[in-house]
Amino acid sequence: MSGNADSPAGMPNVPAGSGQEPRPVLEVRNLVTEFATRRGVFRAVDDVTLSLYPGRTLCVVGESGSGKSVTARSILQIVDPPGRVASGQVLLHRHLTARGRGAENTVDLVSLDPRSSAIRAIRGRDVAMIFQEPMSSLSPVHRIGDQVGEVIRLHEHVSKREARDRTIELLRKVEIPRPEVAIDRYPFEYSGGMRQRAVIAMALACNPAVLIADEPTTALDVTIQAEILALIRQLQRDSDMAVMFITHDMGVVAEIADDIAVMRFGKMVERGDVFSIFEKPQHDYTRHLLNAVRELDRPSERRLAMRAKASPGAPILVMSDMRKEFPFSTGFLGLKHDSIVAVEDASLALKAGENLGIVGESGSGKTTLGRCLQRVHPVTSGRILYTDRHGKTIDLAPLTDNQLKEPWRDIRMVFQDPFSSLNPRMTVGQIIGEPLLVNGSLSGAGLRARVAELLGLVGLPASAAERYPHAFSGGQRQRISIARAIAPDPRIIIADEASSALDVSLRTQILDLMLDLQERLDLSFIFISHDIAVIRYFCDRIAVMHRGRIVETGDTETVCSNPQHAYTQSLLSAVPVADPRRRGMTHRFRYREP
Amino acid sequence: MSVVADPHIDPNADPRAIAGEDSASQWRLIWGSFRRHRLAMTGAVVVIAFYLVALFTEFLAPFDPDAPSSRDVYHPPQMIHLFDTNADGSWAFRPHVNGMKLSRDRFTLKTTFSPDPDKKIYLTLFGDGTPYKMWGLIPMEKRLIAAVTPGERFYLLGADRLGRDMLSRIIAGTRVSMSIGLAGVAVSLLLGLVLGGVSGYYGGWVDTGVQRLIELKLSLPTIPIWLGLSAALPQDWAPLTRYFAITLILSLVGWTELARVVRGRFLALRTEDFVVAARLDGGSKARVIFRHMMPSMVSHIIASVSLAIPVMIIAETSLSFLGLGLLPPTISWGVLLKEAQNVRSIAQAPWLFAPGIAVCAAVLALNFLGDGLRDAADPYAQEGR
Repeated sequence: MSGNADSPAGMPNVPAGSGQEPRPVLEVRNLVTEFATRRGVFRAVDDVTLSLYPGRTLCVVGESGSGKSVTARSILQIVDPPGRVASGQVLLHRHLTARGRGAENTVDLVSLDPRSSAIRAIRGRDVAMIFQEPMSSLSPVHRIGDQVGEVIRLHEHVSKREARDRTIELLRKVEIPRPEVAIDRYPFEYSGGMRQRAVIAMALACNPAVLIADEPTTALDVTIQAEILALIRQLQRDSDMAVMFITHDMGVVAEIADDIAVMRFGKMVERGDVFSIFEKPQHDYTRHLLNAVRELDRPSERRLAMRAKASPGAPILVMSDMRKEFPFSTGFLGLKHDSIVAVEDASLALKAGENLGIVGESGSGKTTLGRCLQRVHPVTSGRILYTDRHGKTIDLAPLTDNQLKEPWRDIRMVFQDPFSSLNPRMTVGQIIGEPLLVNGSLSGAGLRARVAELLGLVGLPASAAERYPHAFSGGQRQRISIARAIAPDPRIIIADEASSALDVSLRTQILDLMLDLQERLDLSFIFISHDIAVIRYFCDRIAVMHRGRIVETGDTETVCSNPQHAYTQSLLSAVPVADPRRRGMTHRFRYREP
Repeated sequence: MSVVADPHIDPNADPRAIAGEDSASQWRLIWGSFRRHRLAMTGAVVVIAFYLVALFTEFLAPFDPDAPSSRDVYHPPQMIHLFDTNADGSWAFRPHVNGMKLSRDRFTLKTTFSPDPDKKIYLTLFGDGTPYKMWGLIPMEKRLIAAVTPGERFYLLGADRLGRDMLSRIIAGTRVSMSIGLAGVAVSLLLGLVLGGVSGYYGGWVDTGVQRLIELKLSLPTIPIWLGLSAALPQDWAPLTRYFAITLILSLVGWTELARVVRGRFLALRTEDFVVAARLDGGSKARVIFRHMMPSMVSHIIASVSLAIPVMIIAETSLSFLGLGLLPPTISWGVLLKEAQNVRSIAQAPWLFAPGIAVCAAVLALNFLGDGLRDAADPYAQEGR
């Protein structure tokens, strides 16, 4: 272990100044977890060995399907059936923790029956877990205080009043404002970040020796993520917990890890402390992962080269004072109408051949803006002027679905979710050919040839046309989605979080593919994302949205390096940087509306 | 950068990935997961058997279900014996039933049947029985089971108060009872699809209107409605007219459930990205509904239909049992059970309840089948779990 005393924020907590080896509180040895499927046994976790030390954070990193969550669940024996721990040991050294709770010394969690009271006593008391989705880990019909208090009362014999006092104390510890009042609230009255804080409070209720956090910040906005990470670090410092932190985000890893374990296909490919992994990665896969992260968050060289050759032309899609309200009915029989403003008088212009990024946190109205631009949703007021390839300008705002058929051939969409955006009952060939078939431009052999050509353009074999979407991975499905978008030879593509559902190494591939198509097919992109790094890589200009308003627009580099609006500054400061040396160097603050 | 990359030689592919199922269509996947559902498979086999019986009623029934026999009133069921002893004591394969002798108590005039050791009625497969017309069209004489000597009667499930063969009557009732389920569901499906589809696709006040109508319909108690409607049918209608009228009454009551299923699916699908994509592809409303949305619903609809059929069968049986549904001479399970309404039949001829067993078997089998179909209907969702 390298004791990097110079790291900021006083991170490494290796017992200082002693030659004594730090002793792990939890050891996982040769763990194998298998899932019995129809087609044989699937090894989700294959011979994983790791150790957790008090006061240190082990980040388990890997892409989706690498078995990192199953590893965490195997430790507590809560793997969903048909999965089961096949072999290995999970040793919990209780006597080595500072908790000093009881006579048992080392327990092998694997040897306990998953339904026994022995393991139930360990879950939540010695080893606590935080899950990804804060809303589904809280019961919607019980008060926050009751849910946190229940954990205390389950494991310790305390009176109701004492449990309540301790709950208030816990809520204060996780920095929930006014805990005396907040304790009697329901989860739906909490924001996403508050909920995750409450879940953390629940996990900490019995002062556990080990905290397992399974992607605790993935569902949260980046500004809230920064706060939660800081909180976990703070709590760990206070109580000398061992933390196992599962994430796919190298930025988060750089922010919080002391040690790193990299997983791939159920196996652990590399282990080490944070600095050696980031600076001297040994395994190819680790290098690949780090490169994929580092490639993002700076402008794509390919894009810069393309712009140097041909700079963007005249505006082709101009939105002026566009407003979108969603009505909802109230009152008896829904006779009274009220509305919420999703997009407030926004103005934007997309030039021919440029990539315009729209960035904002969840609920900022960026998806609604994209859908209104394309007129999937009707707009409340304002104009959307589209200039077609013959130079004729029309206002899309008042058109009907029938009149929109023509512009819809030029303005296409790529959706976020690669699973729900492809009809599971149609073959890939039918999906891609659909726009060509319905406008009657192609059919029969001509259509098949065009579909094969489109599949080639997005890097898929022509044989893919005969298969159904479920046979493809997320990245391949997104390629199919792009092939469908470019099928009628469009001019503008609105990509709504098109890379967000993908693993980081696939993200750059998809973005490069879109840049490639831009060059070949003369496209313009509107790219909607919550991820600044992706926007920075892909977009020439950027519009920052907050609560339905566009607060700042400008060249991507200018905005990213010198943000003018306070919200943009707050957003940029919260983005985790994939460099452990720069940990804690950025000053974070939360934007509050004036 | 090379854009064209063959995914088959992708070094980043998961080595544990299981190949196959690549080009399996929706129906193959549904069948695959349905087949593993044992109970549902059993149900499917039983249901198919019932419908085959309904299809080949005339051939399968040993006798004309309406032919009475005054000497065989409440004749008890007879066992089929497969082997016969010859005079010299050796055995031979000759299926037969033992004959019964009718005797009447001299004082109470009570009739009793006792075995007649001298009389054996030999049976044969595909023998000639009383002539009939298959499906009312083709004149035939062959029956599945027939007596070797023409004209001899045997009662495998006993006889009713007019000496008619219960087995033949149950088989004849299968056709009416099973088909009324299908026909009733077909009409409710039509109503449910149209109203549920309109309600789910258009939303807004149309949806509100249809939903309130469904709620109003559900708030009315079912049995009195049935009773009222069928009591209003003229008693002198021809059996066929009455059959269709009862079907209509049953389906008027049954469509709400289907309408709700259809509406729910529409609402869920309407916001799916692939439906939005279909709209953006320039498809017309009809194309979006029928080409893109319907295929995702068909499996669910089939499942709800197979769960609605037993409800219809039960409803028909109840109505006929109360004497307000189908009326003799039409034969249905309900009509047959009406015969078993009194204490006398329980005491004297318990075999009159045999149609009840048929009802139970059919309804259970259809329910198992429907459950299995519902579970199998979404193979994609299960894979994600």
